[in-house]
Amino acid sequence: MYGWLWRHLPGPALVRAALLVVAAFAVLAVCFLWVFPAVAPFMPFNETTVGE
Amino acid sequence: MTEQGTAGTGQTDRTGQAGHDVGPAGRPPRSTRPRRGPSRTRHRVYTTIGVVGELLITFGVLLFAFLAWQLWWTDVEGNRAQAEIVRELDRQEVPDPTPSATSSGPVVAEPRRDEPPVLDEPPHATTFATIQVPRWVGEPERPVSQGVDRATVLDVLGVGHYPGTAMPGGVGNFALAGHRTTYAKPFNRVEELQVGDPVVVRTADTWYVYRVTSTQVVLPSQVDVIAPVPGDPGATPTERLITLTTCHPMFSARERFIVHGTLDYWAPVADGTPAELLGGA
Repeated sequence: MYGWLWRHLPGPALVRAALLVVAAFAVLAVCFLWVFPAVAPFMPFNETTVGE
Repeated sequence: MTEQGTAGTGQTDRTGQAGHDVGPAGRPPRSTRPRRGPSRTRHRVYTTIGVVGELLITFGVLLFAFLAWQLWWTDVEGNRAQAEIVRELDRQEVPDPTPSATSSGPVVAEPRRDEPPVLDEPPHATTFATIQVPRWVGEPERPVSQGVDRATVLDVLGVGHYPGTAMPGGVGNFALAGHRTTYAKPFNRVEELQVGDPVVVRTADTWYVYRVTSTQVVLPSQVDVIAPVPGDPGATPTERLITLTTCHPMFSARERFIVHGTLDYWAPVADGTPAELLGGA
């Protein structure tokens, strides 16, 4: 998977590494801003309120 | 894995190898493979296992990222948001020290123990007060909002007020809930509280200074801790109480940490600042 990604990225190794770092950061940002807030309520350790 | 085949074909493939990365030029070595049938299926199996492994590793890394988000980032975001809420509150300003006063320090509010003003309960998710605990040195002033559900109050607005319980200064039980960990963790240091510690609530125009009377750990099902008379749901209240509720132990929701307090005094914000917030008392 990552090997395939590496082979299909353009440019010399340094450019590819830079692209991968940017891509990883983008994935992390998407997770922090949208994915994690969306899945957090379904985590078992987040059931804190009783029906008071 | 294709390198295995390339190396085997020897000298003639040297040129092909250079272009191997580019794609189409990498075909010549691939055309040699159909001769070895079983190795081709093996190749496919290994590729699949490799991809599955990479996916699992990625998932593991994302789990750590989720931990970082839950345990750290929700605090960063929550603290920023709650500080903004407190800043934006439409409320009376604490008077500046008058230049003619002998001491240049802030004006200390005179404690009043007559009938305090009591607000009506505001609509859901409305911020109507702030809470400060001098014992928690370094903790910011936290907003207090109506409601205790997580999505609209506790996760985004900080401290929540149990609907139906008394309002600040009222006879009965002014009951609050807050996160112990994550989402800016307003009640993180609740265990540091000692009997007699002041808990200062500020509404638009009034200070309410409560004093801690007891702390206890209960099960989540013991909801009568927020009854007008804690532990006696049917009784008619005569005291003006405050109750802080939060999760216990930290990072768990197994039990609840409960702090009870009673109203010591109140003061109009226009009169100054309670001595408790100025390092006195």
